[in-house]
Amino acid sequence: MNTPVYPTGYHLRKRRSQAAAFTVFRVLSYFIVLVLFAILGFIIYKGAGVLSWDFLTKAPEDGMTAGGIFPAIVGTLLLMLGSAVVAFPIGIMSGIYMNEYASKGWVVRFIRLMTNNLSGVPSIVFGLFGMALFVKYLGFGDSILAGSLTLGLLSLPLVIRTTEEALKDIPAAIREGSLALGATKLQTIWKVVLPMGMPRIITGLILSLGRVSGETAPILFTCAAYFFPQLPASIFDQCMALPYHLYVISTSGTDIEAQQPIAYGTALVLIIIVLIINLLAGGLRKYFEKRLKIK
Amino acid sequence: MKRFLEKAVKWLLTASGFVTSLVILLIIGFLFTEGAGLFREKVIEEGYVLAVHKDNPVKELTAAEIKAVFDEDITSWSGLGGPDMEIVTFRLEDADEYFTEEELGAQYEYAAGKIDSLIAATPGMIAFIPESMVEEGAQLNLIEDNAISPAEVLSGSEWFPTATPAPLFGMWPLLAGTLWVSFFAILFALPFGISIAVYMAEVAPERVRNVLKPVIELLNGIPSVVYGFFGLIIIVPLLQHVFGLPVGESGLAGSIVLAIMALPTIVTVAEDAMRNCPRALREASLALGASKWQTVSKVVIPSSMSGIASGVVLGIGRAIGETMAVLMVTGNAAVTPHSILEPLRTIPATIAAELGEAPAGGAHYQSLFLLGVLLFFITFFINLCVEYISHRNKAKNS
Repeated sequence: MNTPVYPTGYHLRKRRSQAAAFTVFRVLSYFIVLVLFAILGFIIYKGAGVLSWDFLTKAPEDGMTAGGIFPAIVGTLLLMLGSAVVAFPIGIMSGIYMNEYASKGWVVRFIRLMTNNLSGVPSIVFGLFGMALFVKYLGFGDSILAGSLTLGLLSLPLVIRTTEEALKDIPAAIREGSLALGATKLQTIWKVVLPMGMPRIITGLILSLGRVSGETAPILFTCAAYFFPQLPASIFDQCMALPYHLYVISTSGTDIEAQQPIAYGTALVLIIIVLIINLLAGGLRKYFEKRLKIK
Repeated sequence: MKRFLEKAVKWLLTASGFVTSLVILLIIGFLFTEGAGLFREKVIEEGYVLAVHKDNPVKELTAAEIKAVFDEDITSWSGLGGPDMEIVTFRLEDADEYFTEEELGAQYEYAAGKIDSLIAATPGMIAFIPESMVEEGAQLNLIEDNAISPAEVLSGSEWFPTATPAPLFGMWPLLAGTLWVSFFAILFALPFGISIAVYMAEVAPERVRNVLKPVIELLNGIPSVVYGFFGLIIIVPLLQHVFGLPVGESGLAGSIVLAIMALPTIVTVAEDAMRNCPRALREASLALGASKWQTVSKVVIPSSMSGIASGVVLGIGRAIGETMAVLMVTGNAAVTPHSILEPLRTIPATIAAELGEAPAGGAHYQSLFLLGVLLFFITFFINLCVEYISHRNKAKNS
């Protein structure tokens, strides 16, 4: 005969508590989706009316209450480019070193610890550092050069980590195959390892560009100009930047009410940049995955 | 040739491997040299002195006392260890209350002698005057001008970097503001973060997960100024309305914005940790007849606790260091907060708001770098904690 092991109602309670817990999790998760759509929807709704060809291609006018944000868009693109020039080569090389050259041991652990720490350093500390080193000590002044260097250092840990992770997943057999055919270590890395890791590295690089495009604190004191309607002529010029522009027009200025539509428009452009970058990275990831599978 | 190339590349790669370590060292070095300069600065503004009557027994005043005297919070010398005598404050701007323009001279050329004799004639006077206005042999005492003390800076409860004659650099209100806002942010983010992580890792069907994952990534990608802007336009007026506050810019507004911003970090790390929970553990639990929820709550979560903890600690780090969003919504009042509904100010927001106006190399400028050092070490410590937690976990699992 079956003797009941469980007290009466145990299974019911078990099922009920599971249903309750999972419902809570589901609701909270959907709530976050809602929050995201609220933020995006609000800014798209308010900003869409402001967005026009003129807005994207004209300089601000009338004390920032009219005109467009062209110089800020150009400035942000320049800073993204500049930081890429700084961070990509060093970051990729550093990642290769970590995965292919460094002997596993305290060196790798130390470097990884430092890289992780660097990625945790608040962006405003990068701003202070950039100001002390590039603006003051090296005498670059408030310039695109100083801003790019600061932002480059900020995105360095991200680039290193993605490179390292991309290379880590490449099977050792492939490297050994190449070496067995008589290729040198450098040839193996250049011709075999890097091309295989490239898709994921590129995805990481794009995401790091996204991060750079939205950073404000590091460029506050190294580069960003409140109002600089002409386009920068050299890397020693200041420039406007979208995030900084959004900050100043939404918190200060002569006429905050009149500036508000411009603020919505600027926020929308920033969001669009982030969306494009995320879609691009996601799309590339899918594309490369598919290609690898077919192979 | 080929071998040379191999060697050269190897060295180049090795060198770039150490760039991050070098950057950390440079950050520490530069922030420290600028910040430590504060303790070499004098309490009283450079080029100025505080002069008192020669019979006044008070020889030393702290920065806080000087400020209280000139704000007329302290009105008698007895409060400062002197005789029971009323304090008369004197600033250079007050000179025309005592003297006519002719007496002072067109270029203030006679002012020095006049002021010196005024102090000599007024026993209770304390005068804040340029050094050059103290004539040789004048009958007055100068208050000892000590260097700014680290204890006063670290535990001082007043942040008035632009006050004259003696600016106050008490960092406690800023530190308290930072911790306060971050604490509430994590309090809000934690239930959401853990629930979403559990849902994504254990419950959600693949299709829902494919929606949630990009949503979380997108939340992570939205620039902090956009969060700040959203907070300023939506959350701040909402809080003002709901709680009937005089101003909506408050610690709570900052915490809510920070909670949304810290969420992706917590979710990503915690979800990863739960996914990496060994399959065998999960299956053993299910095989024993446990329901899915029992397995998750009694097996998966406890076994991935360290990963979840790292996520939470990283989230805290992110909240503490966040600058722009907080700067835009917390109202930036540099006072020790008593309630989360009051305006307050965090360390990063202070640096961002004030560095532009602080003259380079001055005490104010240096104090902001010192705040940077403080912030750097807080986050450095947090990162070490994460490292320790995940390292211990690795050791346990292997």
